[in-house]
Amino acid sequence: MGRRGSLCAMPHDHHDHPHSLLPPDPALRVKALETILTRKGLIDPAALDEIIDTYQNRIGPQNGARVVARAWADPAFKTALLADAMPLLTELGYYGRQGEHMVVVENTPETHNMVVCTLCSCYPWPLLGIPPGWYKSDAYRSRAVREPRKVLAEFGVSLPEGTAVRVWDSTAEIRYLVLPMRPEGSEGLNEEALAELVTRDSMIGTGLARVPA
Amino acid sequence: MTRVHDMGGRFGDGAITPEADGIPQLGDWQARALALTLAAGALGQWNIDVSRHARERLSPADYGRFSYFEKWIAALADLLVETGVLTEEDLRGDGAAGAHPLAERAMKAEAVAAVLARGGPADRPSNVAPRFEVGQAVRTLRPAANRLVDGGHTRLPTYAAGARGRIVLKHGSHVLPDSNAHRLGEAPEPLYAVAFPASELWADPEAPRDEVVLDLWQSYLEPA
Repeated sequence: MGRRGSLCAMPHDHHDHPHSLLPPDPALRVKALETILTRKGLIDPAALDEIIDTYQNRIGPQNGARVVARAWADPAFKTALLADAMPLLTELGYYGRQGEHMVVVENTPETHNMVVCTLCSCYPWPLLGIPPGWYKSDAYRSRAVREPRKVLAEFGVSLPEGTAVRVWDSTAEIRYLVLPMRPEGSEGLNEEALAELVTRDSMIGTGLARVPA
Repeated sequence: MTRVHDMGGRFGDGAITPEADGIPQLGDWQARALALTLAAGALGQWNIDVSRHARERLSPADYGRFSYFEKWIAALADLLVETGVLTEEDLRGDGAAGAHPLAERAMKAEAVAAVLARGGPADRPSNVAPRFEVGQAVRTLRPAANRLVDGGHTRLPTYAAGARGRIVLKHGSHVLPDSNAHRLGEAPEPLYAVAFPASELWADPEAPRDEVVLDLWQSYLEPA
């Protein structure tokens, strides 16, 4: 290949990938690439700091928990959310990268929903933030579709015999959020208190909502 | 028929390690790799399907030994050279100095919130008429493979190839990754959620009534 790569419609398999020209150590490799791009004015290190601050401190599962709590507290909101989530999520300010096409699926005594992306690690970032390590792991990606009940057991979840499992493999740009069942003993709690019961994993479907203490 | 990333249903991966609730905290270089990848995307030289395919076509040996963000950073370096943004000399550390023609597109710190909030929707108007209705029985193509580019990107996993399911949701028309990943155009077409009984996918399903639902483009499906 020449100095400037072509944009032809080939799968672009290389025997010598350009990345091997960078230092092999991951930290040094990232640092080297950031330095090269910064020197050419192609990235602004302050923008990187801002992205990191966003996904380490601001956007996270507390967003999804607020939506779930609202759905538990407000039946009309829940009905609308399950029918067409995007108008409501947009109004709440939860539209964004990797959450452009959200579908909310409801757990019931009959059906337990669980989300995976077997081909990569698609995840609803505006509602849950960045995915946990296990969601991106080979073990979760390979096993969640074939043996979801064994996977659930590793998260400490065992389902009643009559509950069917429905695993959503996120193969397109649709992102799924699980609406967990409202736990026993949560009657009378306000939305803020309800949101405290909603864990990240309960919205992926590998956990259940917390039972109030 | 596809690639090493297509691991749904694979045996041998071992146990899963749950993590504490809340926002997952990344290590320093991992966070930097994430941010660098998002910021470089703003240069506008590739789309999401091109970038997914760049990770998938890491060699199977690299895909297996690289951690998650090592895959991201390797694919990013490959894409930057393939698109001509950087040269191999640049990666070696002896490239040309000075301003880059794309520098004016660099994402500024004050633009980050707006860029992340804007996202990149994949639904498009399409003149491809929907062939299927909710409840209809369909069968996926077999083998699972890109029909436009041999060895190319596709979103039909191998484990669901040749399987019979039923349409459960119609998602409208979306960009077709098999085309868009190879810069052959967005080629939007109807997208459906299709439910498959576990007994259709696995030799020894945990519970035959369980289901796996996949989002599949119309051209991956035929009536069953």
